[in-house]
Amino acid sequence: MNVAVCVKQIPDTADPPALDPRDHTLVREGKLIMDDSDSYGVEMGLQLVEAGGGGEVSLVSMAPNGETTGLRNALAIGAARAILVSDPVLSGSDALGTAKVLAAAMRRLEPDLVLAGTESTDGYTGTTPVQVAELLGWPSVSFAKHIEISDGLLRVQRQTEAGYDEVTCPLPAVVTVTAGVVEPRYPSFKGIMAAKSKPVEEVTVAELGLDPSEVGSAGARQQVISVEAVEARKAGEIVVDQGDAHERVISFLQQLKIL
Amino acid sequence: MDKIWVLAEQHDGVPVGVVLELLTAARGFGNVIEVVTWGPSSVSAVTALGQYGAAKVYDVGDIGESLPGPKVAAAMAARISGGDGPDAILIGATHDGRDIAARLSVRLDLPVLTNVVGFDASEGGLTTEHTIFGGSMVLRAVFTGGAPGIFVIRTKSFAAEPVEAAEPPSPEVVAIDVPETGASDAARVVARHEEERSGPKLDEAAVVVSGGRGLGSPDNYALITELAQLLNGAPGASRAIVDAGWVPYAFQVGQTGKTVKPMVYIACGISGATQHMVGMKAAKNIIAINKDQEAPIFAIADLGVVGDVTKVIPRLIEAIKVRR
Repeated sequence: MNVAVCVKQIPDTADPPALDPRDHTLVREGKLIMDDSDSYGVEMGLQLVEAGGGGEVSLVSMAPNGETTGLRNALAIGAARAILVSDPVLSGSDALGTAKVLAAAMRRLEPDLVLAGTESTDGYTGTTPVQVAELLGWPSVSFAKHIEISDGLLRVQRQTEAGYDEVTCPLPAVVTVTAGVVEPRYPSFKGIMAAKSKPVEEVTVAELGLDPSEVGSAGARQQVISVEAVEARKAGEIVVDQGDAHERVISFLQQLKIL
Repeated sequence: MDKIWVLAEQHDGVPVGVVLELLTAARGFGNVIEVVTWGPSSVSAVTALGQYGAAKVYDVGDIGESLPGPKVAAAMAARISGGDGPDAILIGATHDGRDIAARLSVRLDLPVLTNVVGFDASEGGLTTEHTIFGGSMVLRAVFTGGAPGIFVIRTKSFAAEPVEAAEPPSPEVVAIDVPETGASDAARVVARHEEERSGPKLDEAAVVVSGGRGLGSPDNYALITELAQLLNGAPGASRAIVDAGWVPYAFQVGQTGKTVKPMVYIACGISGATQHMVGMKAAKNIIAINKDQEAPIFAIADLGVVGDVTKVIPRLIEAIKVRR
């Protein structure tokens, strides 16, 4: 079984995020890292391929420039190869534009299963994977917290507001995974060395057969008027516990008539 | 705006909270408000939807064991292609809401505008407010594509208020057909599991007591449950301990969990990751208890206690019990 994992390369979350003042798009300069929430999909893909006794995990990513640093870690822990859709026209793409690019890459790869995070850490729109499924005409199961495959049928535990649903789904399909689904492994030295020679295929939007007007800021159809900082809450009183801090909590709750 | 649709997700005939919030918001800028609903008990929700301003209910009906995304989106898209479409579609940011928005967006080839927390129709068109960067900034934008605009709105962005009328409108119910959805609708729900919970609901409670990694071990979560119970509140959790399997997802407060706005939020052993603070920083009062004086949660707390939660909470529990 072959698994494709959607991987987003984002600015290092240790750095404060920023918008380009000219067009209000996210600044994606500097070092990019793989979005943490995608590492669970990579790990899940590796485990499903191992349990299925064959096949491989491919990464699919998209970037306006040819950035690949965020893919190396996933290659080092066992992904076999990557497709990077890289094209200046992709700058400013919204979720639907991104989904069109990813779906076109999936048509080229023809995986049995597409895995993705439930939402990215930097943009958190949370719609792209299911848009990919609809573009491909595939079923999807979002918010998976457990996945098994037997006889070509997915068995997924899907988080709900009240608990979880058990969902079955035939392949091919798109599944989004929550952060708790598996514990991502660490790369070994051997894996890091091997990653350097793994194929990373760079393709352009035109090579995927897409019209540039469908992607990038041309396709986004949203005009930003302003971006303003929200007035921050202010820090209040700080008490260092000397064995009596609970008394201050009690009096605070009394003031609010909770006690 | 002339016509607004609100996606009316409901369970056992009771609309989920965000639906009533969105109906209230829609009354502020729409002339006609219609809803789209589905499910075996959809008809039971009609009266409640009317009380919040729905003039018409499009009913997809029972979708059996299907997940809602493919069928509901297909039925909505067919109605819109038939020339009956609205100017804007408001969808709450629930799991099913996001699935439906995503599939509808592809069917109509229109973008989804997400993380909406406000609307402004005062200058003619519709301006939307979106939180970005974990709620630290607000972006204002206008949708420039053709109608309808598809908006996904964060829960608790608006207060829900029923229509002020002696006799609320009794909505007309119109059944709508689901076109062929093919393989996209192949997933089946074979069983549903609900976590047992007692006491007030997390997103409605006046007091929320949440625990995080600082509790040290899953067993210590019992302290959170006991304190919440004593304060007639609801226990919550950070994503870290939900991911670690200490408590079920239904307890999670934050960007990917519940948004809460209680009278008091007590964060115990929670450092204050951006994704957590998005879900609780609108609380009227915040108390934080954490060992690490540098924890970001202290920057937004009205009362911060620097101390070990496993020592402070047991004393707090004892002191409250003594008072009773």
